[in-house]
Amino acid sequence: MCLGIPAKIIKISEGFATVDIGGIEREVSTILLEDEPLIDEYVLVHVGFAISKLSEVDAEETLKFLKEFSDEIY
Amino acid sequence: MKYIDEFRNPSIVNDILTSINKLVIKGRSYKIMEVCGTHTMAIAKYGLRDILPDNIDLVSGPGCPVCVISQGEIDAIFSLLEKEDVILFTYGDLMKTPGSNNESLLTYKAKGVDIRIILSPIDMLKEIENTNKELIFVSIGFETTSPANAILIKEMYKRKIKNFSVFPYNKIMPGIIDVILRDKDLNIDGFICPGHVAAVTGTNLFEPIVKKNRAAVVAGFEIIDILLAIRAIVLQVNNGTFRVENLYKRVVSDNGNSLARQHIDDVFEITSSIWRGVGSVERSGLALKDDFQQYNVLNKFDLIIESIYDKKGCKCGEILMGKKSPYECSLFSKECKPESPIGPCMVSTEGTCAAYYKYMVKSEHY
Ligand code: SF4
Repeated sequence: MCLGIPAKIIKISEGFATVDIGGIEREVSTILLEDEPLIDEYVLVHVGFAISKLSEVDAEETLKFLKEFSDEIY
Repeated sequence: MKYIDEFRNPSIVNDILTSINKLVIKGRSYKIMEVCGTHTMAIAKYGLRDILPDNIDLVSGPGCPVCVISQGEIDAIFSLLEKEDVILFTYGDLMKTPGSNNESLLTYKAKGVDIRIILSPIDMLKEIENTNKELIFVSIGFETTSPANAILIKEMYKRKIKNFSVFPYNKIMPGIIDVILRDKDLNIDGFICPGHVAAVTGTNLFEPIVKKNRAAVVAGFEIIDILLAIRAIVLQVNNGTFRVENLYKRVVSDNGNSLARQHIDDVFEITSSIWRGVGSVERSGLALKDDFQQYNVLNKFDLIIESIYDKKGCKCGEILMGKKSPYECSLFSKECKPESPIGPCMVSTEGTCAAYYKYMVKSEHY
């Protein structure tokens, strides 16, 4: 039930955003986000609320770590 | 899809597994508990128990919000439905949970009771204009879900809605983590901490774990996220140095979401709460604050929560505390199946028994 789904913001209105969740459009509340949502950003959606922005920088960092990690093994 | 596919890359999965295999010390065991139902499902789905080294023991914890609700709390919902003509709004996960009378919300709905599944609590707001009947919300969930539930309650208050009330069944992690840490039989070496709970609370929620010299790693939900967390726990255990590690930084900031916490604090206060199979646990639930007590369905309709913690024969309580696996329940996959569930662990999409049944019944473990 604590499932959160990454969704891409495609439209923004007062307190809400239309997001694309794997090809399906849905309206979610953005009032729990601490920073302004922006078009094309990804958010984590839980029971109709965006609860966190997904950080591209941090995702890239993990991926970079994974790459170095794989290189190290071989 | 972005942020998902990259974390499922099979060759990286293999690399991490190789690394875990090299790191584990022969002759010692690593008991690792996942505290989130979504992790439970993912671990079963990816068959991690079969591919990890034998001395890594993955046990499930109390992370499915539907499963941890006590039998008495479920029965109280049904006793209301028996006597009052109301409209009940619930998250879908609760629909099949059986009561002591073996009914479920699904069977009540089939009998004509007005029960509506909502994807978001704010969907209820659309119904206010349409009826004078009492609108009842089953407020369940952990810290991840509580902010949304709080926002609904605040909105009803602002609009001065009188025909609205809630079953205040929200649970929170600190008290139950404490119970697990104090349990002498359990001896968990490390915890895969629930990422989406941490997205709200921040990572310091898990400090008590490392203070007791156990590993705590906040993880995401893809196979690579979970394997990385297991690897990090093995490393912490090997080194004997324990800290809360956040391996889900792309979603969880160390401080969590203070706005979301504020909404919880506005509406709820921390209280003791009854957990299935465990009983009353201090600092483990959320009660409505005084301003919002008018929405407490238990007072409004004189309902009593009986002290029934579990269902007869069902081992959900012990399974939720990592003490038993579903294979140790004699009813598992015989009398108790997803089509005919006896306990909530078989009902919920995140229940441990349901996870084992769906992905592992045919595996070599059985
Ligand atoms: S298999 Fe069924 S009866 Fe046994 S513990 Fe799981 S839910 Fe309860």
